[in-house]
Amino acid sequence: MAEIVLDKVTKRYPDGALAVSDVDITIADGEFIILVGPSGCGKSTTLNMIAGLEDITTGELRIDGQRVNERAPKDRDIAMVFQSYALYPHMSVRENMAFPLRLAKVDKDTVTKKVEEAARILDLGQHLDRKPGNLSGGQRQRVAMGRAIVRDPKAFLMDEPLSNLDAKLRVQMRTSVSKLQRRLGTTTVYVTHDQTEAMTLGDRVVVMRGGLVQQIGSPQFLYEQPKNLFVAGFIGSPSMNFVPGSLENGQLSTPLGAFPLTDRIRSLVESANAPREVVVGLRPEHFEDAALLDDSAKASGGAFTATVDVLESMGSDKFAYFTVDGDTATSAELDELAADLGSTDSSDSGSQLVTRLSAASAAAEGASLEVWFDSDKIQIFDPQDGRNLTLES
Amino acid sequence: MAVIGATSGTGAKARWAVLDVIVVVYALVPVLWIVSLSFKTKETIADGNFIPRSWTLQNYKDIFTTNEFLRALFNSIGIALIATAIAVVLGTMAAYAIARLDFPGKQALVGVSLLIAMFPQVSLVSPLFEMERSLGLFDTWPGLILPYITFALPLAIYTLSAFFREIPWELEKAAKMDGATPAQAFRRVIAPLAAPGVFTTAILVFIFCWNDFLFAISLTSTEASRTVPAALSFFTGSSQFEDPTGTISAAAVVITIPIILFVLFFQRRIVAGLTSGAVKG
Ligand SMILES: Nc1ncnc2c1ncn2[C@@H]1O[C@H](COP(=O)(O)OP(=O)(O)OP(=O)(O)O)[C@@H](O)[C@H]1O
Ligand SMILES: [Mg+2]
Repeated sequence: MAEIVLDKVTKRYPDGALAVSDVDITIADGEFIILVGPSGCGKSTTLNMIAGLEDITTGELRIDGQRVNERAPKDRDIAMVFQSYALYPHMSVRENMAFPLRLAKVDKDTVTKKVEEAARILDLGQHLDRKPGNLSGGQRQRVAMGRAIVRDPKAFLMDEPLSNLDAKLRVQMRTSVSKLQRRLGTTTVYVTHDQTEAMTLGDRVVVMRGGLVQQIGSPQFLYEQPKNLFVAGFIGSPSMNFVPGSLENGQLSTPLGAFPLTDRIRSLVESANAPREVVVGLRPEHFEDAALLDDSAKASGGAFTATVDVLESMGSDKFAYFTVDGDTATSAELDELAADLGSTDSSDSGSQLVTRLSAASAAAEGASLEVWFDSDKIQIFDPQDGRNLTLES
Repeated sequence: MAVIGATSGTGAKARWAVLDVIVVVYALVPVLWIVSLSFKTKETIADGNFIPRSWTLQNYKDIFTTNEFLRALFNSIGIALIATAIAVVLGTMAAYAIARLDFPGKQALVGVSLLIAMFPQVSLVSPLFEMERSLGLFDTWPGLILPYITFALPLAIYTLSAFFREIPWELEKAAKMDGATPAQAFRRVIAPLAAPGVFTTAILVFIFCWNDFLFAISLTSTEASRTVPAALSFFTGSSQFEDPTGTISAAAVVITIPIILFVLFFQRRIVAGLTSGAVKG
């Protein structure tokens, strides 16, 4: 168990590509930390630098207070679970898991004991003598985990360990990874580009973009107080809605109509020196079917009427999708998010909105609906640099 | 595979069977002819029958009673085995470096080895002859082993680096993370996975060395190092006037046996799909 500190760590590949730049992260002993971000943002590179598989160009990596930049992977006492599992195909499951122990010259009885113990935890008991080639994806994944846990390393590094599993198995394994980590209490750095995994697994989440750390914090904190447009759009599913807006005399005009800023937001925006043209972010759950609210509740927000494009009833609530006319919010960050999500539904005609309504809502596809939103929960961003103008400091 | 799968059916099977038979017959008829010749008596050797009318083992007895052939067989086995071992070990190291590392001069190394493979060997025979004479290597085992290694290495490097490239890179990283030194990672993870490639290469190199005639005839002069292909050309009958076809055939049959054994022995180690299950599915 160990504390891992990345101090201004930068990685420039020999071909000149700057993969990671000036990353500062302090990972506490026993913490489960998630690196998340779109493809190519430098997550794996960061992980490989902690592992020792990639050199650190500048900056310092400390484990338990000791500089380890120059140490070979084998001297760092860290175990890694690879996305591809990287099991040794010529060894049985038992030999795969015993491999780190045998290299460490642990005596035979202890090896047997530890492997069996790990197999029990991971429910691999009946597969110990099979070859990885004959196992299912989930079983291989567990063998890879087993190989990591047998030798009680200081830390676990996991690079998208669940991304090769099908959706159902992934949810199942997600729970077991989380349980396993709590049980062992080993410092864990987990890379994923799946924001649901990031939200559900980690004590803290590091959001990366283009080699830069965007924000570090607990999942809840990132959700409620995203530092910029990128984090706001990346964290949360369905993701935050963005519409363009313009600020004038404490009024905010958006395609959803014009409404006054609440006092709280107004003071935040003023102290943040907001420009006139902004991007307004609204989470789906901050909308509600206006018909379900009494007038006093409705007074504390804005409302608009639009036609429901698609309605998805989840039982517990309903997701209603709208298209609102007018301009769409634009910024470099939003473009990147859209590219990462692979969304091609070009919304030239207007902004797409996702709203989460109560199950009691009478919304129907194709019918028009009056939707209320909580104007105190909106977030306002600077379209130029993406910074959140409504951040509580 | 897709093509075969798409045309499967009795008709397609029959076509394949016919094709297979043609290929096998085409390849084996000369071999069988030699076998047939080796069992014929002196009188019937030129009768043109495929199946000998009178069988004899005399040809085999003859070659094994002459010291000449046994000695050549010994030279052949020794020289081919040593050259194969050295070429495969060196080739493994070079191929690993080429497949896995980025080092200055890598392209040059690959280029030079390609050049050697393309170089017509016959043009090297006279210079080699002179060099070996002045170095005292002429008509010795090293005198043949050295050129064999030289010409076998490009072959070894090419086949082996193709195999190395197939081994998932991540396995080595995983081994490093599990606490292995680079040497341990190579020995315990990479080498076992590369084994099929190494054995395939060993077979090819061995066959190359075993069958070489050009160097064997040019760089040897006595029984001290003459290998079987060269020795065959010195065969005479038991008397001067006798045609040695029968004994040459018998010798030719005998010298294919070690190759067949060698291939059969190593073939069992060439397990296809050894790396399956290493990564993903
Ligand atoms: N060996 C390399 N040489 C040069 N550039 C590299 C190398 N490996 C990665 N990069 C670059 O560094 C950047 C970060 O790569 P990295 O693999 O860390 O991304 P990632 O966040 O893990 O992405 P993914 O989610 O797709 O795995 C990318 O722009 C990539 O092109
Ligand atoms: Mg990656």
